[in-house]
Amino acid sequence: MADRLFAWSMSTCAFLVVLSLLWVLGDVVTEGLPHISWTFLFSAPENAGRAGGIAPILVSTFWILLIALVVALPIGLSVAVWLSEFAPVNSRFANNTGIVLDILAGVPSIVYGLFGNAFFSIYLGMGFSLLSGGLTLACMILPIFVRTCESGLRAVNNDWRRGALSLGMTKSAAIWHIILPGARPALVAGLILGLGRATAETAALLYTSGYVDRMPGSLLDSGRALSVHIYDLSMNVTGGDTAAYASALVLVILIMTLSILAQGMVDRWFKRRLVVS
Amino acid sequence: MKMKAVNNRSDQNVRMVLVVLASSTALLLAMIIAFLFGESWPLFAHIWNDGQWGDLLQNNGWYPLEGHFGMMPMILSSLAVTVGALVVALPLGLGSAIFLQFYATPVLAKGFGTLLNLLAGIPSVVFGLWGLTRLVPMIAQWQPPGASLLAAVLVLSLMILPTIALTSSAALSGVPSDITAGGKALGLRRMTRIVHISLPAARSGIISGALLATARALGETMAVLMVAGNVVQNPSGLFEPVRVLTANIALEMAYAMDVHRASLFASGLLLTALVWFLSWGAHRMTKSQVKEHSHG
Repeated sequence: MADRLFAWSMSTCAFLVVLSLLWVLGDVVTEGLPHISWTFLFSAPENAGRAGGIAPILVSTFWILLIALVVALPIGLSVAVWLSEFAPVNSRFANNTGIVLDILAGVPSIVYGLFGNAFFSIYLGMGFSLLSGGLTLACMILPIFVRTCESGLRAVNNDWRRGALSLGMTKSAAIWHIILPGARPALVAGLILGLGRATAETAALLYTSGYVDRMPGSLLDSGRALSVHIYDLSMNVTGGDTAAYASALVLVILIMTLSILAQGMVDRWFKRRLVVS
Repeated sequence: MKMKAVNNRSDQNVRMVLVVLASSTALLLAMIIAFLFGESWPLFAHIWNDGQWGDLLQNNGWYPLEGHFGMMPMILSSLAVTVGALVVALPLGLGSAIFLQFYATPVLAKGFGTLLNLLAGIPSVVFGLWGLTRLVPMIAQWQPPGASLLAAVLVLSLMILPTIALTSSAALSGVPSDITAGGKALGLRRMTRIVHISLPAARSGIISGALLATARALGETMAVLMVAGNVVQNPSGLFEPVRVLTANIALEMAYAMDVHRASLFASGLLLTALVWFLSWGAHRMTKSQVKEHSHG
């Protein structure tokens, strides 16, 4: 009896969780879907976003993400390669780098926003711009990207390393031609994870890339990201709720596509590793 | 496992470049701390001159334009919102994790897991929007003004539920099967096996997941900002509007000058310290679990 009661209450918990989260998602879809059309996606906002579309906002979002990726990708990958392939086991420096990365991953996004505002916008004189927003996001996604890539690289079968060594390959050649391709799906997954986090971010962008909702003319122009647009519409614009829900739906679809892609990559990779070993 | 490679000059060059890049992460952390301290310095100087250190943590009120920087109401609100979210989300998340690990059929478990993963990725601003347009009016019908501590707690708990459920279920699935098999061999009921064997064995993993969720709740800005009402006051009731530290930064950065701006950076510093403390706890937890397993 008690056993059945326990099972029943656990299932109720799970049911409640699914129900409440689906409620949120369902509201976003039902409120947003009727408002989405080609003109919404490809025209400029009018009347502070109540009417019109989100074209310049999509363009700004795209540029901010691109800058964040272009900066975070090479640095993150290099650090991950160093941590998994070069760093001596139990070396103090490697351990400390790991700790630093974990600390950085825990810093709240609004604090990254403060830092970006003080450093990129004011100290380096970039002002409120796509560039300073993108760089701030690059700092933010760096730790999570490094950690995912590192675990992916570590999971590459040691036989591959031994094989490369026995063929007389240098370490850098082995990394470039064997280990990185072997870990590629994990690298892609880390990339998409970071991308998802960057797309969802609002607080770090408020005071780095700014609010301006016109089409950005250059990278030093201020531009409004999609998430900032949703925030502004719902908080500061009366009657902007429908447009906010439509933008939210676009944002959710964007992020879900990215995370499904990442999940698929990881799954396929694990299957393949089973076959190889 | 590490292997000694043939010594080679190009390897050495690559190694040097990578070491420099790896230390750039440490540089980034140092710069973040340096800038937070540097920018909040005017506040410390201001307080030093006035000789009223207690002011920062006392209830003299948050009147930045008149030189009163009492952060205590906001610190308390931050803690209240975080603890409230944890109280709501922890049992539900743990329950879902147990369901996922022990009761769900494989197909159901896969679907549920995928759903949780997807929902963990929903941006906080979307939760905020939903809370603002659905939850707040609902609470307002019952107990005006609606935008309140309760709304913030509910929205935040929704946000951290997937995280708690996923980390707990990972911790439960990591329990070695010979322990649970032993329970089965003794003829224990399923509930007894779960409550007295699996949960204690997965304890440290579950706690570290909960600590990470707490850190996330404490650092969350947008969702709380949108639903909490943002009145600076001590959290005295569930239906009172409150303002948390993160929301305060986001609200006032737009026009803050001099000492006021410095006080916002100081609150950022405080927030970061709190979150680091929590992550450190989570780190210690995972480490102790690894040790336990290697001994067991």
